[in-house]
Amino acid sequence: MEYLIGIQGPDFVLVAADNVAASSIIQMKHDYDKMFKLSEKILLLCVGEAGDTVQFAEYIQKNVQLYKMRNGYELSPAAAANFTRKNLADYLRSRTPYHVNLLLAGYDEADGPGLYYMDYLSALAKAPFAAHGYGAFLTLSILDRYYRPGDSALSLIRLNKRFILNLPSFTVRLIDKDGIHDMEKLPRVSFPSLSSSDR
Amino acid sequence: MALQDVCGFLETLDDISPCTYLPNEMGYMRRTPFEFDRDSAFHFLPPPQQCSRKNRAPTLFSSTFSSLSPHQQPFQLSHGTTTLGFIFQDGVIAAADTRASCKGLICCPISQKIMPIHSHLVVNTSGSGADCMLWERILTREMRLYQLRHRKRLSVNGAAKLLSMMLHPFKGTNVCVAATLCGWDGEETQETLQSCMEIADVKKAVEQDSNVSAISDESAQGSVKMASINEQDEISKDTQALNPTSTFGGRSGPRVCYVCSDGLQLKGEIISVGSGSPYAYAVLDDGWRWGMTVDEAVALAREAVFRATHWDAYSGNNVDLFHITAHGWRRRDREDLKEEYYREREREKKKIKEREKERQKREGDELVEGEGDIYSVHCG
Repeated sequence: MEYLIGIQGPDFVLVAADNVAASSIIQMKHDYDKMFKLSEKILLLCVGEAGDTVQFAEYIQKNVQLYKMRNGYELSPAAAANFTRKNLADYLRSRTPYHVNLLLAGYDEADGPGLYYMDYLSALAKAPFAAHGYGAFLTLSILDRYYRPGDSALSLIRLNKRFILNLPSFTVRLIDKDGIHDMEKLPRVSFPSLSSSDR
Repeated sequence: MALQDVCGFLETLDDISPCTYLPNEMGYMRRTPFEFDRDSAFHFLPPPQQCSRKNRAPTLFSSTFSSLSPHQQPFQLSHGTTTLGFIFQDGVIAAADTRASCKGLICCPISQKIMPIHSHLVVNTSGSGADCMLWERILTREMRLYQLRHRKRLSVNGAAKLLSMMLHPFKGTNVCVAATLCGWDGEETQETLQSCMEIADVKKAVEQDSNVSAISDESAQGSVKMASINEQDEISKDTQALNPTSTFGGRSGPRVCYVCSDGLQLKGEIISVGSGSPYAYAVLDDGWRWGMTVDEAVALAREAVFRATHWDAYSGNNVDLFHITAHGWRRRDREDLKEEYYREREREKKKIKEREKERQKREGDELVEGEGDIYSVHCG
Protein backbone atom coordinates (compact mmCIF):
# COMPACT_ATOMS: atom_id res chain seq x y z
CA MET A 1 0.00 0.00 0.00
CA GLU A 2 2.93 2.32 0.49
CA TYR A 3 4.74 3.57 -2.51
CA LEU A 4 8.12 5.03 -3.31
CA ILE A 5 9.61 5.93 -6.65
CA GLY A 6 12.86 7.44 -7.76
CA ILE A 7 14.06 8.44 -11.21
CA GLN A 8 17.55 9.59 -12.05
CA GLY A 9 18.06 12.21 -14.73
CA PRO A 10 21.23 13.58 -16.30
CA ASP A 11 21.93 16.03 -13.46
CA PHE A 12 19.20 15.48 -10.90
CA VAL A 13 17.22 12.80 -9.11
CA LEU A 14 13.46 12.97 -8.78
CA VAL A 15 11.80 11.11 -5.92
CA ALA A 16 8.23 10.77 -4.79
CA ALA A 17 6.53 9.02 -1.89
CA ASP A 18 2.91 8.66 -0.93
CA ASN A 19 1.57 10.50 2.11
CA VAL A 20 -0.49 7.92 3.88
CA ALA A 21 0.21 6.65 7.38
CA ALA A 22 -2.10 3.76 7.93
CA SER A 23 -2.86 1.56 10.90
CA SER A 24 -4.60 -1.59 9.67
CA ILE A 25 -7.63 -0.35 7.75
CA ILE A 26 -7.63 3.24 8.98
CA GLN A 27 -5.69 6.04 7.33
CA MET A 28 -4.46 7.90 10.34
CA LYS A 29 -2.65 10.64 8.47
CA HIS A 30 -2.94 12.02 4.96
CA ASP A 31 0.14 14.19 5.01
CA TYR A 32 2.83 11.97 6.41
CA ASP A 33 6.31 12.62 5.06
CA LYS A 34 8.33 9.50 4.36
CA MET A 35 11.48 11.27 3.28
CA PHE A 36 14.34 11.82 5.69
CA LYS A 37 16.95 14.41 4.92
CA LEU A 38 20.37 12.91 5.58
CA SER A 39 22.32 15.91 4.41
CA GLU A 40 21.96 18.87 2.09
CA LYS A 41 21.91 16.67 -0.98
CA ILE A 42 20.87 13.23 0.21
CA LEU A 43 17.34 12.01 0.87
CA LEU A 44 16.37 8.69 2.36
CA LEU A 45 12.90 7.37 1.55
CA CYS A 46 11.73 4.68 3.89
CA VAL A 47 8.69 2.40 3.96
CA GLY A 48 7.98 -0.83 5.75
CA GLU A 49 6.90 -1.95 9.16
CA ALA A 50 5.36 0.65 11.42
CA GLY A 51 7.99 1.52 14.00
CA ASP A 52 11.00 0.21 12.16
CA THR A 53 10.88 2.84 9.43
CA VAL A 54 11.20 5.87 11.65
CA GLN A 55 13.56 4.16 14.07
CA PHE A 56 15.99 2.98 11.40
CA ALA A 57 15.79 6.06 9.23
CA GLU A 58 16.40 8.39 12.16
CA TYR A 59 19.30 6.24 13.29
CA ILE A 60 20.93 6.54 9.87
CA GLN A 61 20.11 10.22 9.70
CA LYS A 62 21.73 11.00 13.05
CA ASN A 63 24.80 8.97 12.25
CA VAL A 64 25.33 10.68 8.93
CA GLN A 65 25.03 14.02 10.68
CA LEU A 66 27.46 12.87 13.35
CA TYR A 67 29.97 11.99 10.66
CA LYS A 68 29.74 15.51 9.32
CA MET A 69 30.20 16.99 12.77
CA ARG A 70 33.24 14.88 13.49
CA ASN A 71 34.98 15.14 10.16
CA GLY A 72 33.84 18.46 8.80
CA TYR A 73 32.58 17.13 5.49
CA GLU A 74 29.55 15.15 4.47
CA LEU A 75 29.26 11.56 3.42
CA SER A 76 28.78 11.06 -0.31
CA PRO A 77 25.56 9.34 -1.43
CA ALA A 78 27.46 6.18 -2.30
CA ALA A 79 29.08 6.06 1.12
CA ALA A 80 25.79 6.77 2.87
CA ALA A 81 24.09 4.04 0.87
CA ASN A 82 26.74 1.52 1.73
CA PHE A 83 26.67 2.52 5.38
CA THR A 84 22.90 2.04 5.44
CA ARG A 85 23.18 -1.32 3.77
CA LYS A 86 25.81 -2.44 6.24
CA ASN A 87 23.57 -1.54 9.16
CA LEU A 88 20.61 -3.34 7.63
CA ALA A 89 22.76 -6.39 7.07
CA ASP A 90 24.10 -6.33 10.63
CA TYR A 91 20.63 -6.16 12.12
CA LEU A 92 19.23 -8.71 9.70
CA ARG A 93 20.66 -11.68 11.55
CA SER A 94 20.05 -10.28 14.98
CA ARG A 95 17.02 -10.59 17.19
CA THR A 96 15.62 -7.33 15.90
CA PRO A 97 15.84 -7.11 12.14
CA TYR A 98 14.47 -3.98 10.58
CA HIS A 99 11.81 -4.66 8.00
CA VAL A 100 12.25 -1.57 5.85
CA ASN A 101 12.52 -0.88 2.13
CA LEU A 102 14.55 2.13 1.18
CA LEU A 103 15.47 4.42 -1.63
CA LEU A 104 18.45 6.66 -1.16
CA ALA A 105 18.77 9.54 -3.58
CA GLY A 106 21.63 12.00 -3.66
CA TYR A 107 23.76 14.31 -5.68
CA ASP A 108 27.51 14.10 -5.50
CA GLU A 109 29.78 16.86 -6.79
CA ALA A 110 32.15 14.34 -8.31
CA ASP A 111 29.89 11.52 -9.43
CA GLY A 112 26.68 13.37 -10.20
CA PRO A 113 23.23 12.15 -9.29
CA GLY A 114 22.72 8.70 -7.80
CA LEU A 115 19.73 6.60 -6.87
CA TYR A 116 20.20 3.53 -4.69
CA TYR A 117 17.64 0.83 -4.16
CA MET A 118 17.74 -1.14 -0.90
CA ASP A 119 15.36 -3.71 0.45
CA TYR A 120 14.80 -5.32 3.83
CA LEU A 121 17.22 -8.15 3.07
CA SER A 122 19.89 -5.47 2.64
CA ALA A 123 20.31 -5.78 -1.08
CA LEU A 124 21.82 -2.66 -2.61
CA ALA A 125 21.72 -1.63 -6.23
CA LYS A 126 22.42 1.62 -7.96
CA ALA A 127 19.71 2.06 -10.54
CA PRO A 128 18.50 4.70 -12.98
CA PHE A 129 14.94 4.23 -11.71
CA ALA A 130 13.44 2.26 -8.87
CA ALA A 131 10.19 1.82 -6.97
CA HIS A 132 8.87 0.09 -3.86
CA GLY A 133 5.42 -1.13 -3.00
CA TYR A 134 2.57 -2.65 -4.96
CA GLY A 135 2.79 0.30 -7.29
CA ALA A 136 6.22 -0.84 -8.32
CA PHE A 137 4.75 -3.77 -10.22
CA LEU A 138 2.86 -1.38 -12.40
CA THR A 139 5.35 1.40 -12.81
CA LEU A 140 8.61 -0.40 -13.42
CA SER A 141 7.48 -1.80 -16.72
CA ILE A 142 6.34 1.63 -17.88
CA LEU A 143 9.63 3.08 -16.81
CA ASP A 144 11.42 0.41 -18.78
CA ARG A 145 9.58 1.42 -21.88
CA TYR A 146 9.76 5.16 -21.62
CA TYR A 147 12.83 6.01 -19.62
CA ARG A 148 15.70 7.60 -21.51
CA PRO A 149 18.91 8.50 -19.69
CA GLY A 150 19.06 12.01 -21.10
CA ASP A 151 15.51 13.01 -20.18
CA SER A 152 14.95 16.48 -18.93
CA ALA A 153 13.35 17.20 -15.59
CA LEU A 154 10.12 18.36 -17.14
CA SER A 155 9.44 15.22 -19.11
CA LEU A 156 10.31 13.07 -16.15
CA ILE A 157 7.94 15.00 -13.89
CA ARG A 158 5.23 14.52 -16.49
CA LEU A 159 6.07 10.85 -16.56
CA ASN A 160 5.75 10.77 -12.80
CA LYS A 161 2.36 12.40 -12.90
CA ARG A 162 1.04 9.98 -15.41
CA PHE A 163 1.28 6.66 -13.74
CA ILE A 164 0.95 7.34 -10.02
CA LEU A 165 -1.77 5.11 -8.65
CA ASN A 166 -4.95 5.84 -6.75
CA LEU A 167 -3.28 6.96 -3.60
CA PRO A 168 -4.52 10.29 -2.30
CA SER A 169 -1.41 12.40 -2.63
CA PHE A 170 2.32 12.30 -3.05
CA THR A 171 5.24 14.36 -1.90
CA VAL A 172 7.69 14.97 -4.71
CA ARG A 173 11.23 16.26 -4.29
CA LEU A 174 14.06 16.89 -6.68
CA ILE A 175 17.75 16.78 -5.82
CA ASP A 176 20.29 18.51 -8.00
CA LYS A 177 23.54 20.37 -7.52
CA ASP A 178 21.71 23.11 -5.64
CA GLY A 179 20.24 20.82 -3.03
CA ILE A 180 16.81 19.46 -2.32
CA HIS A 181 13.77 21.17 -3.81
CA ASP A 182 10.17 20.51 -2.95
CA MET A 183 7.96 20.11 -5.94
CA GLU A 184 4.22 20.53 -5.82
CA LYS A 185 2.29 17.83 -4.01
CA LEU A 186 0.58 15.60 -6.51
CA PRO A 187 -3.13 15.12 -5.98
CA ARG A 188 -4.99 11.99 -6.82
CA VAL A 189 -4.97 11.20 -10.52
CA SER A 190 -6.61 8.33 -12.27
CA PHE A 191 -4.71 5.91 -14.38
CA PRO A 192 -4.56 7.32 -17.89
CA SER A 193 -2.79 5.65 -20.76
CA LEU A 194 0.62 6.78 -21.75
CA SER A 195 1.06 7.76 -25.35
CA SER A 196 4.23 8.89 -27.02
CA SER A 197 2.76 12.28 -27.88
CA ASP A 198 2.43 13.12 -24.22
CA ARG A 199 6.15 12.94 -23.60
CA MET B 1 28.71 2.44 14.97
CA ALA B 2 29.84 5.87 16.00
CA LEU B 3 26.83 6.86 18.02
CA GLN B 4 26.66 3.49 19.68
CA ASP B 5 30.28 3.81 20.78
CA VAL B 6 29.70 7.22 22.23
CA CYS B 7 26.77 6.00 24.28
CA GLY B 8 28.19 2.59 25.08
CA PHE B 9 24.84 1.23 24.00
CA LEU B 10 25.72 -2.33 23.14
CA GLU B 11 28.09 -2.79 26.07
CA THR B 12 25.33 -1.92 28.50
CA LEU B 13 22.89 -4.38 27.06
CA ASP B 14 25.15 -7.29 26.40
CA ASP B 15 26.54 -7.89 29.83
CA ILE B 16 23.43 -7.42 31.90
CA SER B 17 21.62 -10.12 33.67
CA PRO B 18 18.14 -9.55 35.03
CA CYS B 19 19.11 -9.10 38.66
CA THR B 20 21.74 -6.41 38.22
CA TYR B 21 19.25 -4.11 36.59
CA LEU B 22 16.78 -3.87 39.42
CA PRO B 23 16.65 -0.38 40.90
CA ASN B 24 19.28 0.02 43.53
CA GLU B 25 19.59 3.04 45.80
CA MET B 26 23.38 3.10 45.92
CA GLY B 27 23.61 2.43 42.24
CA TYR B 28 21.63 5.55 41.47
CA MET B 29 23.85 7.75 43.57
CA ARG B 30 27.06 6.52 42.07
CA ARG B 31 26.02 7.23 38.53
CA THR B 32 26.71 10.43 36.70
CA PRO B 33 23.74 12.38 35.36
CA PHE B 34 24.65 11.43 31.81
CA GLU B 35 24.58 7.73 32.58
CA PHE B 36 21.42 8.16 34.53
CA ASP B 37 19.67 9.73 31.59
CA ARG B 38 20.88 7.12 29.22
CA ASP B 39 19.93 4.17 31.33
CA SER B 40 16.71 5.43 32.84
CA ALA B 41 14.62 3.79 30.17
CA PHE B 42 16.06 0.42 31.06
CA HIS B 43 15.50 0.38 34.79
CA PHE B 44 13.31 -2.66 34.69
CA LEU B 45 13.67 -6.20 33.55
CA PRO B 46 14.64 -6.18 29.90
CA PRO B 47 12.83 -8.53 27.56
CA PRO B 48 14.17 -12.08 27.56
CA GLN B 49 15.48 -11.88 24.00
CA GLN B 50 18.07 -9.29 24.84
CA CYS B 51 19.45 -11.24 27.76
CA SER B 52 20.10 -14.28 25.69
CA ARG B 53 21.33 -12.49 22.60
CA LYS B 54 24.71 -14.17 22.71
CA ASN B 55 23.46 -17.66 23.36
CA ARG B 56 20.98 -17.99 20.63
CA ALA B 57 21.74 -19.67 17.32
CA PRO B 58 21.19 -17.21 14.53
CA THR B 59 18.12 -18.03 12.52
CA LEU B 60 16.97 -15.81 9.76
CA PHE B 61 13.34 -16.45 9.08
CA SER B 62 12.04 -17.53 12.44
CA SER B 63 13.08 -14.31 14.10
CA THR B 64 11.94 -12.24 11.16
CA PHE B 65 8.51 -13.75 11.09
CA SER B 66 8.04 -13.81 14.82
CA SER B 67 8.71 -10.12 15.06
CA LEU B 68 6.67 -9.31 12.00
CA SER B 69 3.42 -11.06 12.73
CA PRO B 70 2.47 -11.56 16.34
CA HIS B 71 -1.19 -11.78 15.32
CA GLN B 72 -2.54 -13.70 12.39
CA GLN B 73 -5.78 -11.76 12.09
CA PRO B 74 -6.91 -10.30 8.78
CA PHE B 75 -6.69 -6.86 10.32
CA GLN B 76 -5.65 -5.76 13.71
CA LEU B 77 -8.37 -3.75 15.34
CA SER B 78 -7.83 -5.72 18.47
CA HIS B 79 -7.92 -2.95 21.04
CA GLY B 80 -11.42 -3.22 22.47
CA THR B 81 -12.10 0.36 23.19
CA THR B 82 -12.87 3.76 21.76
CA THR B 83 -10.58 6.61 22.63
CA LEU B 84 -10.16 9.84 20.81
CA GLY B 85 -8.29 13.09 21.04
CA PHE B 86 -8.39 16.18 18.90
CA ILE B 87 -7.08 19.72 18.97
CA PHE B 88 -8.92 22.89 18.18
CA GLN B 89 -8.46 26.57 18.75
CA ASP B 90 -9.24 26.36 22.45
CA GLY B 91 -7.18 23.37 23.48
CA VAL B 92 -7.41 19.62 23.33
CA ILE B 93 -10.31 17.31 24.00
CA ALA B 94 -9.59 13.77 25.13
CA ALA B 95 -12.50 11.37 25.40
CA ALA B 96 -12.83 7.65 25.97
CA ASP B 97 -15.34 5.01 26.89
CA THR B 98 -14.97 3.02 30.11
CA ARG B 99 -15.45 -0.59 29.14
CA ALA B 100 -12.64 -3.07 29.71
CA SER B 101 -13.34 -6.28 27.89
CA CYS B 102 -11.65 -9.64 27.61
CA LYS B 103 -12.88 -11.59 24.60
CA GLY B 104 -16.60 -11.80 25.27
CA LEU B 105 -16.64 -10.69 28.88
CA ILE B 106 -16.83 -7.18 30.22
CA CYS B 107 -14.17 -7.27 32.89
CA CYS B 108 -14.85 -3.82 34.18
CA PRO B 109 -17.58 -1.42 33.09
CA ILE B 110 -16.08 1.55 34.87
CA SER B 111 -12.41 1.50 34.05
CA GLN B 112 -10.53 4.74 33.56
CA LYS B 113 -8.75 5.00 30.26
CA ILE B 114 -7.71 8.62 30.37
CA MET B 115 -5.01 9.25 32.89
CA PRO B 116 -3.36 12.53 33.66
CA ILE B 117 0.41 12.55 33.47
CA HIS B 118 0.96 16.07 34.67
CA SER B 119 -0.95 19.28 34.78
CA HIS B 120 -0.90 19.76 31.00
CA LEU B 121 -0.83 16.25 29.64
CA VAL B 122 -3.23 13.36 29.69
CA VAL B 123 -2.87 10.04 28.01
CA ASN B 124 -5.66 8.00 26.43
CA THR B 125 -4.71 4.40 26.68
CA SER B 126 -5.87 1.38 24.77
CA GLY B 127 -4.54 -2.08 24.26
CA SER B 128 -3.78 -4.40 27.11
CA GLY B 129 -4.94 -2.90 30.41
CA ALA B 130 -1.99 -4.08 32.45
CA ASP B 131 0.54 -2.83 29.93
CA CYS B 132 -1.15 0.53 29.76
CA MET B 133 -1.13 0.95 33.52
CA LEU B 134 2.53 0.06 33.76
CA TRP B 135 3.67 2.24 30.88
CA GLU B 136 1.62 5.16 32.03
CA ARG B 137 3.38 5.04 35.38
CA ILE B 138 6.78 4.70 33.75
CA LEU B 139 6.06 7.64 31.52
CA THR B 140 4.86 9.73 34.46
CA ARG B 141 8.04 8.95 36.33
CA GLU B 142 10.28 9.85 33.40
CA MET B 143 8.43 13.08 32.73
CA ARG B 144 8.68 14.09 36.34
CA LEU B 145 12.38 13.33 36.37
CA TYR B 146 12.84 15.38 33.23
CA GLN B 147 10.96 18.24 34.80
CA LEU B 148 13.08 18.12 37.93
CA ARG B 149 16.35 17.96 36.04
CA HIS B 150 15.68 20.53 33.36
CA ARG B 151 13.22 22.76 35.16
CA LYS B 152 10.73 22.76 32.37
CA ARG B 153 8.13 20.35 31.17
CA LEU B 154 8.84 18.03 28.30
CA SER B 155 6.73 18.79 25.25
CA VAL B 156 4.03 16.42 24.04
CA ASN B 157 6.10 15.40 21.05
CA GLY B 158 9.08 14.84 23.31
CA ALA B 159 7.01 12.69 25.61
CA ALA B 160 5.79 10.71 22.61
CA LYS B 161 9.34 10.20 21.42
CA LEU B 162 10.39 9.12 24.90
CA LEU B 163 7.58 6.61 25.16
CA SER B 164 8.29 5.33 21.68
CA MET B 165 11.96 4.80 22.47
CA MET B 166 11.12 3.04 25.73
CA LEU B 167 8.70 0.71 23.98
CA HIS B 168 11.04 -0.10 21.13
CA PRO B 169 12.99 -2.90 22.85
CA PHE B 170 9.69 -4.69 23.43
CA LYS B 171 8.71 -4.73 19.81
CA GLY B 172 7.82 -8.22 18.73
CA THR B 173 6.76 -9.28 22.21
CA ASN B 174 3.18 -9.22 23.35
CA VAL B 175 3.31 -5.74 24.82
CA CYS B 176 0.29 -3.97 23.43
CA VAL B 177 0.03 -0.29 24.18
CA ALA B 178 -1.61 2.27 21.95
CA ALA B 179 -1.51 5.60 23.71
CA THR B 180 -2.67 9.02 22.59
CA LEU B 181 -0.87 11.83 24.33
CA CYS B 182 -3.04 14.94 24.52
CA GLY B 183 -1.61 18.05 25.96
CA TRP B 184 -0.69 21.67 25.82
CA ASP B 185 2.88 22.64 25.03
CA GLY B 186 4.63 25.71 26.17
CA GLU B 187 4.48 28.34 28.85
CA GLU B 188 1.23 28.71 30.69
CA THR B 189 -0.08 32.04 31.82
CA GLN B 190 -0.65 31.17 35.43
CA GLU B 191 0.49 28.34 37.61
CA THR B 192 -1.78 25.41 37.29
CA LEU B 193 -2.44 24.36 40.82
CA GLN B 194 -6.10 25.13 40.49
CA SER B 195 -6.55 23.82 37.00
CA CYS B 196 -7.12 20.16 37.76
CA MET B 197 -10.64 20.20 39.07
CA GLU B 198 -13.84 18.27 38.68
CA ILE B 199 -16.86 19.92 37.21
CA ALA B 200 -19.50 18.72 39.62
CA ASP B 201 -22.66 20.35 38.49
CA VAL B 202 -22.51 19.69 34.78
CA LYS B 203 -23.97 16.27 35.24
CA LYS B 204 -26.89 17.66 37.19
CA ALA B 205 -27.55 20.22 34.54
CA VAL B 206 -27.57 17.56 31.85
CA GLU B 207 -29.90 15.29 33.76
CA GLN B 208 -32.42 18.01 34.43
CA ASP B 209 -32.39 19.08 30.87
CA SER B 210 -34.19 16.14 29.36
CA ASN B 211 -35.52 17.84 26.29
CA VAL B 212 -32.32 19.19 25.03
CA SER B 213 -29.41 16.83 24.79
CA ALA B 214 -25.85 17.71 24.12
CA ILE B 215 -25.73 15.26 21.32
CA SER B 216 -28.59 16.35 19.12
CA ASP B 217 -27.58 18.43 16.20
CA GLU B 218 -29.90 21.30 16.82
CA SER B 219 -28.86 21.93 20.37
CA ALA B 220 -25.21 21.08 20.25
CA GLN B 221 -24.26 24.16 22.15
CA GLY B 222 -27.12 24.20 24.57
CA SER B 223 -26.70 22.02 27.56
CA VAL B 224 -23.13 20.91 27.55
CA LYS B 225 -21.32 23.57 29.43
CA MET B 226 -18.06 23.13 31.18
CA ALA B 227 -18.92 24.81 34.46
CA SER B 228 -16.25 27.39 34.09
CA ILE B 229 -15.62 28.55 37.57
CA ASN B 230 -13.33 31.42 37.03
CA GLU B 231 -11.33 30.51 34.01
CA GLN B 232 -13.60 30.53 31.00
CA ASP B 233 -13.14 34.21 30.34
CA GLU B 234 -9.44 34.03 30.86
CA ILE B 235 -9.17 31.11 28.53
CA SER B 236 -11.02 32.83 25.75
CA LYS B 237 -8.80 35.84 26.14
CA ASP B 238 -5.60 33.89 26.19
CA THR B 239 -6.00 31.43 23.37
CA GLN B 240 -5.94 32.94 19.95
CA ALA B 241 -7.67 31.31 17.01
CA LEU B 242 -4.50 30.01 15.52
CA ASN B 243 -4.17 28.53 12.11
CA PRO B 244 -3.68 24.82 12.77
CA THR B 245 -0.56 24.54 10.67
CA SER B 246 1.20 27.27 12.56
CA THR B 247 1.02 25.53 15.90
CA PHE B 248 3.12 22.61 14.84
CA GLY B 249 6.19 24.67 14.25
CA GLY B 250 5.36 27.05 17.06
CA ARG B 251 6.44 26.71 20.62
CA SER B 252 3.16 26.52 22.41
CA GLY B 253 -0.25 25.25 21.63
CA PRO B 254 -2.42 22.16 21.73
CA ARG B 255 -0.89 18.87 20.64
CA VAL B 256 -2.09 15.37 20.16
CA CYS B 257 0.26 12.52 19.42
CA TYR B 258 -0.27 8.79 18.97
CA VAL B 259 2.27 6.22 20.13
CA CYS B 260 1.93 2.53 19.52
CA SER B 261 3.93 -0.37 20.86
CA ASP B 262 4.85 -1.45 17.34
CA GLY B 263 6.61 1.83 17.00
CA LEU B 264 4.15 3.93 15.04
CA GLN B 265 4.30 7.53 16.18
CA LEU B 266 2.03 10.10 14.64
CA LYS B 267 1.33 13.73 15.30
CA GLY B 268 -1.95 15.05 14.05
CA GLU B 269 -5.12 16.97 14.67
CA ILE B 270 -7.59 14.14 15.18
CA ILE B 271 -6.56 10.79 16.56
CA SER B 272 -8.87 7.94 17.45
CA VAL B 273 -7.76 4.50 18.57
CA GLY B 274 -9.47 1.21 19.18
CA SER B 275 -12.09 -1.07 17.76
CA GLY B 276 -14.63 1.75 17.84
CA SER B 277 -12.32 4.22 16.16
CA PRO B 278 -13.72 3.98 12.61
CA TYR B 279 -17.13 5.02 13.90
CA ALA B 280 -15.60 7.80 15.94
CA TYR B 281 -13.51 8.98 12.99
CA ALA B 282 -16.60 9.28 10.84
CA VAL B 283 -18.30 11.57 13.33
CA LEU B 284 -15.16 13.57 14.05
CA ASP B 285 -14.21 14.09 10.42
CA ASP B 286 -17.68 15.37 9.75
CA GLY B 287 -17.93 17.83 12.61
CA TRP B 288 -14.39 18.99 13.32
CA ARG B 289 -13.37 22.56 12.59
CA TRP B 290 -10.40 24.37 13.96
CA GLY B 291 -12.57 27.27 15.10
CA MET B 292 -14.99 25.25 17.22
CA THR B 293 -16.07 26.54 20.59
CA VAL B 294 -15.48 24.48 23.71
CA ASP B 295 -19.12 23.45 23.88
CA GLU B 296 -19.16 22.32 20.29
CA ALA B 297 -15.97 20.36 20.77
CA VAL B 298 -17.24 18.64 23.90
CA ALA B 299 -20.51 17.81 22.18
CA LEU B 300 -18.65 16.43 19.18
CA ALA B 301 -16.43 14.24 21.32
CA ARG B 302 -19.38 12.92 23.28
CA GLU B 303 -21.30 12.16 20.13
CA ALA B 304 -18.34 10.38 18.59
CA VAL B 305 -17.89 8.14 21.61
CA PHE B 306 -21.62 7.57 21.87
CA ARG B 307 -21.94 6.43 18.26
CA ALA B 308 -18.89 4.24 18.57
CA THR B 309 -20.21 2.59 21.71
CA HIS B 310 -23.51 1.99 19.99
CA TRP B 311 -22.01 0.13 17.06
CA ASP B 312 -18.99 -1.47 18.66
CA ALA B 313 -19.53 -4.32 21.08
CA TYR B 314 -16.26 -3.76 22.86
CA SER B 315 -16.91 -0.14 23.77
CA GLY B 316 -19.60 1.14 26.02
CA ASN B 317 -20.83 2.03 29.47
CA ASN B 318 -19.70 5.56 30.22
CA VAL B 319 -17.79 8.36 28.58
CA ASP B 320 -14.95 10.26 30.19
CA LEU B 321 -13.97 13.62 28.85
CA PHE B 322 -10.99 15.85 29.57
CA HIS B 323 -10.35 19.32 28.22
CA ILE B 324 -6.79 20.60 28.25
CA THR B 325 -5.92 24.24 27.79
CA ALA B 326 -3.01 26.47 28.61
CA HIS B 327 -4.18 26.42 32.21
CA GLY B 328 -4.12 22.67 32.56
CA TRP B 329 -6.58 19.84 32.28
CA ARG B 330 -10.16 19.84 33.49
CA ARG B 331 -12.26 16.78 33.84
CA ARG B 332 -15.90 16.50 33.06
CA ASP B 333 -17.99 14.16 35.12
CA ARG B 334 -18.31 10.66 33.86
CA GLU B 335 -21.55 10.22 32.00
CA ASP B 336 -23.54 7.04 31.49
CA LEU B 337 -24.26 6.58 27.82
CA LYS B 338 -27.21 4.35 28.49
CA GLU B 339 -29.13 7.46 29.52
CA GLU B 340 -28.12 9.15 26.32
CA TYR B 341 -29.30 6.18 24.33
CA TYR B 342 -32.73 6.32 25.95
CA ARG B 343 -32.93 10.07 25.46
CA GLU B 344 -32.14 9.59 21.80
CA ARG B 345 -34.86 6.98 21.49
CA GLU B 346 -37.37 9.39 23.05
CA ARG B 347 -36.31 12.08 20.64
CA GLU B 348 -36.71 9.74 17.70
CA LYS B 349 -40.17 8.73 18.90
CA LYS B 350 -41.17 12.34 19.18
CA LYS B 351 -39.86 13.07 15.72
CA ILE B 352 -41.80 10.18 14.27
CA LYS B 353 -44.98 11.37 15.98
CA GLU B 354 -44.51 14.86 14.65
CA ARG B 355 -43.91 13.58 11.19
CA GLU B 356 -47.09 11.49 11.45
CA LYS B 357 -49.08 14.49 12.55
CA GLU B 358 -47.77 16.58 9.74
CA ARG B 359 -48.49 13.91 7.20
CA GLN B 360 -52.04 13.53 8.43
CA LYS B 361 -52.51 17.24 8.40
CA ARG B 362 -51.28 17.36 4.83
CA GLU B 363 -53.58 14.55 3.82
CA GLY B 364 -56.44 16.27 5.53
CA ASP B 365 -55.73 19.47 3.63
CA GLU B 366 -55.46 17.67 0.35
CA LEU B 367 -58.75 15.88 0.84
CA VAL B 368 -60.50 19.14 1.70
CA GLU B 369 -59.05 20.84 -1.35
CA GLY B 370 -59.96 17.91 -3.50
CA GLU B 371 -56.60 17.66 -5.18
CA GLY B 372 -55.48 14.35 -3.87
CA ASP B 373 -56.72 11.03 -5.05
CA ILE B 374 -57.89 9.19 -2.00
CA TYR B 375 -56.75 5.95 -3.52
CA SER B 376 -53.22 7.10 -4.13
CA VAL B 377 -50.57 5.55 -1.96
CA HIS B 378 -48.71 7.73 0.49
CA CYS B 379 -45.32 6.65 1.58
CA GLY B 380 -44.17 6.76 5.12
